[in-house]
Amino acid sequence: MSLVEVEHLKVFFPVRQGLLLERQVARVHAVNDVTLAIEEGHTLGVVGESGCGKTTLSRAIMRLIDATEGSVRFRGEDVTGASRRRMDPLRREMQMVFQDPLASLNPRKRVGQIVALPLRLHGTPRDEVPAKVAELLGRVGLHPEHASRYPHEFSGGQQQRIGVARALALEPRLVVLDEPVSALDVSVQAQIINLLEDLKERTRVTYMFVAHDLSVVRHVSDRIAVMYLGKLMEVSPAEELYAKPLHPYTSALLTAIPMPDPEANRRRRRRPVSGEPPNPIDPPSGCVFHPRCPRATEICRRVEPPLTRYGGGHLAACHHPMNVSDGEMAAATKDPSSPLSAGDALPTSVH
Amino acid sequence: MSVGRPLLSVNDLGVSFQTEEGVVRAVDGISFDLATGEVLALVGESGCGKSVTAMTLIGLTRSPGARFEGTAEYRTLELIGATEDQLRRVRGAEIAMIFQDPMTSLNPVMRIGEQIVEQIRAHERVAAPGARERAIDLLERVGIPRARDRVDSFPFELSGGMRQRVMIALALSCNPSVLIADEPTTALDATIQAQILGEIRSLRDETGAAVILVTHDLGVVADIADRVAVMYAGRIVEQGTLDQIFYDPQHPYTWGLLGSIMRVDTARTDRLPAIAGLPPPLADRPAGCHFRPRCPHEFGRCSDVPPLVSRVEGAPDHLDRCWLSADDKRARREVRPGQIGLAAGPGAAAR
Repeated sequence: MSLVEVEHLKVFFPVRQGLLLERQVARVHAVNDVTLAIEEGHTLGVVGESGCGKTTLSRAIMRLIDATEGSVRFRGEDVTGASRRRMDPLRREMQMVFQDPLASLNPRKRVGQIVALPLRLHGTPRDEVPAKVAELLGRVGLHPEHASRYPHEFSGGQQQRIGVARALALEPRLVVLDEPVSALDVSVQAQIINLLEDLKERTRVTYMFVAHDLSVVRHVSDRIAVMYLGKLMEVSPAEELYAKPLHPYTSALLTAIPMPDPEANRRRRRRPVSGEPPNPIDPPSGCVFHPRCPRATEICRRVEPPLTRYGGGHLAACHHPMNVSDGEMAAATKDPSSPLSAGDALPTSVH
Repeated sequence: MSVGRPLLSVNDLGVSFQTEEGVVRAVDGISFDLATGEVLALVGESGCGKSVTAMTLIGLTRSPGARFEGTAEYRTLELIGATEDQLRRVRGAEIAMIFQDPMTSLNPVMRIGEQIVEQIRAHERVAAPGARERAIDLLERVGIPRARDRVDSFPFELSGGMRQRVMIALALSCNPSVLIADEPTTALDATIQAQILGEIRSLRDETGAAVILVTHDLGVVADIADRVAVMYAGRIVEQGTLDQIFYDPQHPYTWGLLGSIMRVDTARTDRLPAIAGLPPPLADRPAGCHFRPRCPHEFGRCSDVPPLVSRVEGAPDHLDRCWLSADDKRARREVRPGQIGLAAGPGAAAR
């Protein structure tokens, strides 16, 4: 059993109009039939551009947002329908670190109080709290005397360390990190990533690491899921995604990242994908990426591609995947995690 | 590089602000030249003074508590001592600026077309209909589809990428000879960033405008810059051509910055090489080399401020602020495949 099992999860947000009646006129398809699992002790990276649904997915897993359809199970227990009473004990096992460290820390509380709050809420004896707080601060590379200061007295990187200390206070099994380093400077990003790696080695905690940037998730992830417009485009063992992207969207994301290497940039003639992600209120038919895809054909406009399983646990939802040999193509199968609305047609190469 | 007089010549620029904690020297001894058609990148982490430098050039940091030193000559006008009237004629017309966040720099209650028309008519005697046609042309040129319809949109009706295109159209409206772009792509997704960088590049190619690009992202620098100035704690610590900075970096801070980039194009490293510690607070910078407390190669001489001079034989335009000799530096910096990093210094093992 995986620690987290997400099955055909849909999260739609209603768009309302009108003064009194507030009729629902449309729905934003934020997460649109996503199935995935996170193994205990592993790190799943979730990547995509703004509006792809990665944050909504992470919040639905934490039950900070209610699912519209489908289910989320955490160590076998259903999260989507759980009552408040059933949810409370689960909450201490799943924690979150947010993107903006300052906005996620109460400006009027001292750091010691912030880190102590989850401990007090979940019944740690009062006299044990100060020692536990000091230990937590030490674990994230802060000094025990920092406990008496306020969040604004710290740099961005240190504030994020406080957020990590708070998330770890209850020794959770799952920590969801939503863009934990994107507000930080380059040199500080590296420090926080290293810290997260160290903590994982020591505690065997499971991470779900959400980011818009493929270069950041690479260093922490065991598996990576690429999302676009509420759907999974590709799910792959981490390193393979960079060496052998199957989905044209993944490849577009990879080539869009400018290399910190002038010669490499001069060598590769970059042709950025044109256009912008379509409106999630009215997603395109067939494959949601087809309007921007350089490989799109007739079938892409009509039929939603199934998540297809290739060797080595590498999945991609594309009718015309890249970097796939004829042999691999022949051996490919439709994965059970495919969206329910997807067709059965397995991929073919483009000629 | 052009021969003769540079378009813009900054000499020993210093900016200090009166704050509650006393006088803060934000920028200190900045000198650089900018030639026509050249892209100069000012690179560094938050608080290093890169934005203050850029904004000071067009008088945007002027305030009762600010003190300025040095000069910045644009053609025949000295910008630092110029009157508000003189500056107003240059600003927007000859030196234009693009800001990081297009939502807060566009007027939210004015149609985008009107904003462009207003800018054109502030600097030139053009009738409104003519200016409107020019606005539509400009929007088309920066890649906004259906410009004739979009010209009457409000900023909130556009996506982030489209808003940044409007900012670029505004900046282009009077054919500036210098474009200052302050983190123009930081708020954008990777695929959109690639498109916007393409626009800036073709703008430079078509109009011959010089660009000052302020950024923290060395990938963006490697993609678009001709010359680079690396800033740390208010000073330029290294300056040179793109290839000099990336392939023969002289300052240990540059090594650290290059080393801490997360990349998708080289082998994955287990541990990211981070620069230890944090940049010094503005009001309390160490005497001598400001990078000294974080530098593994620090030695006695570093308590004196190293001058920004050429130390590399045969490269008079490659300047750095580090007392080590070029040979010493080449021996000390760590070179991993495809990436230069801040090697541990001789004393690091003992620490």
